[in-house]
Amino acid sequence: MSLKSKSISSKSSLNVDERLKKISPLRVLLNRPELGALGGSILVFIFFGIVAGDTGMFSAYGMLNFLDVSANLGIIAIAAAMLMIGGEFDLSIGSMIGFAGICIAIPAIYWGWPLWMSIVFAFAMAVLVGYFNGIMVVKTGLPSFIVTLAMLFILRGLTLAITRLITGRTQVPGLRVLIEDDPLAWLFATDTFKWLFTWLGSLKLIELRTDGTPLATGIPPSVIWFIALTLFATWILMKTRYGNWIFASGGDKVGATNVGVPVGRVKISLFIGTAVASTIFACIQVLDAGSADTMRGTLKELEAIAAAVVGGCLLTGGYGSAIGAAFGAIIFGTVSMGIFYTDVDTDWFKVFLGAMMLIAVVFNNYIRKKVTESK
Amino acid sequence: MSDYLVQFNNISKFFGKVIALKDVTMRLKKGEIMCLLGDNGAGKSTLIKTLAGVHKPDEGEIIFEDNKIVFDSPKDALDIGIGTVYQDLALVPLMSVTRNFFMGREPQKGIPFLKTFDVEKANKIAADRMGQIGIDVRDPSQAVGTMSGGERQCLAISRAIYFGAKVLVLDEPTSALGVHQASMVLKYIVKAASEGLAVILITHNVHHAYPVGNSFTVLNRGKSMGTFQKKEISREKLLSMMAGGEELDKLEVELQEMDRIHNKN
Repeated sequence: MSLKSKSISSKSSLNVDERLKKISPLRVLLNRPELGALGGSILVFIFFGIVAGDTGMFSAYGMLNFLDVSANLGIIAIAAAMLMIGGEFDLSIGSMIGFAGICIAIPAIYWGWPLWMSIVFAFAMAVLVGYFNGIMVVKTGLPSFIVTLAMLFILRGLTLAITRLITGRTQVPGLRVLIEDDPLAWLFATDTFKWLFTWLGSLKLIELRTDGTPLATGIPPSVIWFIALTLFATWILMKTRYGNWIFASGGDKVGATNVGVPVGRVKISLFIGTAVASTIFACIQVLDAGSADTMRGTLKELEAIAAAVVGGCLLTGGYGSAIGAAFGAIIFGTVSMGIFYTDVDTDWFKVFLGAMMLIAVVFNNYIRKKVTESK
Repeated sequence: MSDYLVQFNNISKFFGKVIALKDVTMRLKKGEIMCLLGDNGAGKSTLIKTLAGVHKPDEGEIIFEDNKIVFDSPKDALDIGIGTVYQDLALVPLMSVTRNFFMGREPQKGIPFLKTFDVEKANKIAADRMGQIGIDVRDPSQAVGTMSGGERQCLAISRAIYFGAKVLVLDEPTSALGVHQASMVLKYIVKAASEGLAVILITHNVHHAYPVGNSFTVLNRGKSMGTFQKKEISREKLLSMMAGGEELDKLEVELQEMDRIHNKN
């Protein structure tokens, strides 16, 4: 008996091998959600390499410029992608960015808090907002589209009202002097790998200012955060139990609940994730600009969702990847900066953004059909 | 110690004024397949949910391995070993076989706080388990959406067994399947029972139930019409009992009458 079952199992494992070989690497790749965005990024780079190759776009300074824009968008796009995989939307990302900005600036400038404390305060508020979004969606069963749309208006209104009430203006400048010696702010405000750029400059490999220092001084903090968050999110999605719960919650809420996945908790944590990512975005921008603006982050939620969709996330949830969203952000960042280096009017950027999204959705839809059809 | 693995004695369930179940009794031994037959609205769904711990029975008792049990949640039922496979299977088509198999109960490895989902181990177990039922998953990371209906049903059953089900409650496992697929699922159910599980097979298809069942409980309008051993009852008898017997007889008389009138004209 045992001999028989052994021979059967060895035979079947042989079968498995044979079948696996027939699947070409291309087909395996086609089944990955990030394929479209990866291909798109390559196309965009080739395009600008041809059109704008000699304009300085691909100099160290130029590259850091478009990487900075991509990275900023990427930080929120990754969180938005994870939430979308979990089956929900967050339209309050942009408003949360503005709200987090004044949560940092007003306590620091008007109440005399140390900068690190106002940063911690902003993150605490983000957790609260995310928790509120999550609990509203989970408890009421209302579509997250509506709940977070309400939050979009509430937060933006609060930001404006509070700022004007306390400061009489809509902008809060004067943060730059506080960054130095702050135990927390450097996390969001330090260029890294400066030595590398100084060294490259001394070798005259990158462009220099007239005083001999390199034009590009270091990797901006947004890029480091972007890379770290991409890796972290990918690790969570692919390698942890919680990651599997995210896919399950978005793929089939009822089914996931029936087998014991804490769907509510997963969704609430993802809403907190988008709010926290918005606050990271706000920290970087506010500390870079040295001021908070009540209108900061306007429409960013839609760009983040667009990047996630281009990155292969399905609007219906349960499918997508963080790497895809990262490439989606790179596509948008590269085009929005690259368009300055071409003769094309920058007004055309939005046209591109829309067209890109449409193509991505059609492509994703096709992929989903492919993945779920019976063989 | 009684022979029975699990007993549901005089279960009743009311929803307001509606009597959904009244005095339903079912007793199962290890290795037994009991088919629960009933027409639409007979109370099958309510009974399943009561067995699975979703509803608490208003009257009656559940005895598992000689202990009286009260379920407060579906998890309690799962924990003592009553595994329910619902009609929707709780499978996510876009997720891989492995990720579905271990959904909610992923094996982990590594140090605390940095525990990772042990994908390799999970892949191996999932492929192994599916192999045992003769389903060759070419690649356990393929999406469940690519599997046939019968394969999905088997995956869901196999998952329930792997996670410790001693009593398997199957809700219409063959209703959406073709002949070939249905027989594949039924074969697997018989195999599971032969390994010592008690199976409650809920169906309205007597033709699927009769070949595999050891005993049959017929439910009609919330009441049990009795439990019959296979040798005591024929397929036709079951069928007529399920449809409410006299209703079918009445229909036959009416049809004959119509026929007569038709021929006259």
